[in-house]
Amino acid sequence: MSTTSLEALQICEECDTVHRRRAMTRGEVGKCACCGATLEHFHSLNPNTMLALVFTAFIVFVQANLWPIVTLGLNGRHSSTTLWGAIITMWQSSAQVIAVLAAATLFFFPLVKMLSIGWLLWFARQRRCAPGFVPIMVTLHYIGPWTMSEVFVLGALVAIVKAKVYFDVVADPGIYAYAVLTVLITIFARVDMRELWDMRMKDSA
Amino acid sequence: MSGAEKVHVLPRAADLGLIGCHVCRLVCRQPPEDADDMACPRCGSALHRRKPATYTRTWALLLAAFMMYLPANFLPIMRTASLNDVDDNTILSGVKELWINGSADLAIIVFVASIMVPMLKFLVLVTLLISSHMRTDWAQPQRARLYRLVEFIGYWSMLDVFVVALLSALVRFNVLSRVEPLPGVIFFGLTVVLTMLASMSFDPRLIWDSRDSDD
Ligand SMILES: [Zn+2]
Ligand SMILES: [Zn+2]
Repeated sequence: MSTTSLEALQICEECDTVHRRRAMTRGEVGKCACCGATLEHFHSLNPNTMLALVFTAFIVFVQANLWPIVTLGLNGRHSSTTLWGAIITMWQSSAQVIAVLAAATLFFFPLVKMLSIGWLLWFARQRRCAPGFVPIMVTLHYIGPWTMSEVFVLGALVAIVKAKVYFDVVADPGIYAYAVLTVLITIFARVDMRELWDMRMKDSA
Repeated sequence: MSGAEKVHVLPRAADLGLIGCHVCRLVCRQPPEDADDMACPRCGSALHRRKPATYTRTWALLLAAFMMYLPANFLPIMRTASLNDVDDNTILSGVKELWINGSADLAIIVFVASIMVPMLKFLVLVTLLISSHMRTDWAQPQRARLYRLVEFIGYWSMLDVFVVALLSALVRFNVLSRVEPLPGVIFFGLTVVLTMLASMSFDPRLIWDSRDSDD
């Protein structure tokens, strides 16, 4: 085998089967013939579109964190909370573990994910390799499974239903912002990280 | 032997002298023998044929998760207090309450996410660990699918933790009505994190390392 042929190959992450890479057509998903794992899906990584998407997600993220999520009413008194309100409450009620978990999976990791992808794309747009490319990509690989915004949206729904029995409940803009954010995150979670890695290979070559 | 017919038509990385980086997926030529500490030329991560110490790590994390899982289910996760009533809720009583108040659909979602998913993870990972250790080629595609399922649904168990956090922050009407988190929720959060770490440290490639594919 020559050196060039290595780039034409890919190894299934779940069963170690070696496959030849091939051009994907729109909407196509490449599956491992041995174990059925997804090898790669078609993604026309247009840095400009993706960057616009990341920027939108960032604005929605800020709003989702600033705006209250739910308001409760009881005998004319009202109480509302934001994500950080919930995190701080957990910290003060001696459930610091939960406060840290929530802050990481609902705030810091999604934030880091958005900022890093934005940073990488900003340079990719100019056909340059972003400073700190390798550590950023490795970080993205490790925090990937630890963002849980979509679980939080469902959790807010359950909390609303539970509270409805005893209180007047109003869903606030924050929860809608969260729902939109979840959709945006799912879209750019589909960015094939390998495409970014390959882009760098081309640059350095 | 029937296994003789199940020859792997597709080559595996080790057969071709290749090794895939677990972090950036770069295809590398396998380092010479005993050079186990070779780093990936692209991302600098250590190259491994299989995740290191996968059995020990997965068993240990799974055991720790199970030790957290018991108090998570038996201890109350949340206290609701009103003027003349204090009520401690466990995960199961929370599900029952949703069911009684007419939200059967959400009750089922919470039941699945909080009780079924963690149990499923324990069962699946133990099955995978034992069957892979035996290096059997039994039900390989099904086991691979189970692993993917566990990876995919695992983090949804955090649902109840977020519900408790939100309710505790919302229901703060002094003596009239209050909600407070109780230690059960901490155990539950730790169960979810530990089971996620356990399924991440299991190497699904082991499912396919049956005896006859190696010989
Ligand atoms: Zn495969
Ligand atoms: Zn690598």
